[in-house]
Amino acid sequence: MDNKKDVKGFLEFVYEFYKSMKAHEITLVYEGEITHQITKAFTSLTESNMSKEDEPNSVQRKVFHVMVECLQNISKHADDFTSNDYLFSGRGIFLVSKGENEYSVTTGNAVENDKIEYLTELLENINRMDKEELKELYKRQMKEGRLSEKGGAGLGFIDIKRKTNKELEYHFLPISDDTSFFLLTSTISRSDI
Amino acid sequence: METIKIQGTEDTPKIILDSENEILEISGRSLPEDVSSFYEPVLNWLNEYSENPNKKTIFNFKLTYFNTASSKLLLDILMKLEEMHEKGQDVLIRWHFPEDDEDMAEAGEEYADIVDVPFEQVAY
Repeated sequence: MDNKKDVKGFLEFVYEFYKSMKAHEITLVYEGEITHQITKAFTSLTESNMSKEDEPNSVQRKVFHVMVECLQNISKHADDFTSNDYLFSGRGIFLVSKGENEYSVTTGNAVENDKIEYLTELLENINRMDKEELKELYKRQMKEGRLSEKGGAGLGFIDIKRKTNKELEYHFLPISDDTSFFLLTSTISRSDI
Repeated sequence: METIKIQGTEDTPKIILDSENEILEISGRSLPEDVSSFYEPVLNWLNEYSENPNKKTIFNFKLTYFNTASSKLLLDILMKLEEMHEKGQDVLIRWHFPEDDEDMAEAGEEYADIVDVPFEQVAY
């Protein structure tokens, strides 16, 4: 009897979840480890959907770029936590939504609080820059930067801003005394520029 | 010299490095899981090739997409070619891009700014 109630409650939750996804025009949502296989699967799924819908090539390319960089940000940078087992390395949430005028790609992953200042500065610095400055920064970082052990080149955020031509919107929400949830959303205009 | 032929996949480019037939080409998509190990054979091949290159070396890039991690390795390849040019060898880079792809054209321009080597942009 109790079990039946639980199941019903759960299925109602699933329906609410579904409605809320629809309301926010979410076309893809994932929580878990972000691997290379996942990256390939999500990009090819989104790509085939966009081409079915005759999205302009330039929009398809930008969405592809942003998705890859966002997914790789999580897989290469998500912190390794040992104390909370649900927040381990390379995990996060990934969402794609499609509105009338734009696509948005949103990621969320846990970070240690002592990284917040660094990330904020990095993102604010990129947000302040104009096209030319970003181009110079990208070139400099490509020349002087080093690949991290996990293969990160430190170019992802710069590339996203350059491809979308929009500010990187981000937010940190506290999880515990020493960790926070880092959310980042990038929007890609659907009008062919 | 050994020829390298790698078939392209959805996340790795097609690569032909054939000294005998004078074909040096990277084409397709580049977002390999491990960029460094993927491009290592290419850099090794170029090192060996630069010891005894053909009279003229034309390197073709015909990529439709590459991620930021790949962009760094592509620069390593271009810098190797720049080194050859600095040694007085005849080197030309041909950067092919789809004519409707401004970003890929711009990426070519940026590389041309960074490396000092004859660089041709070809729209297709």
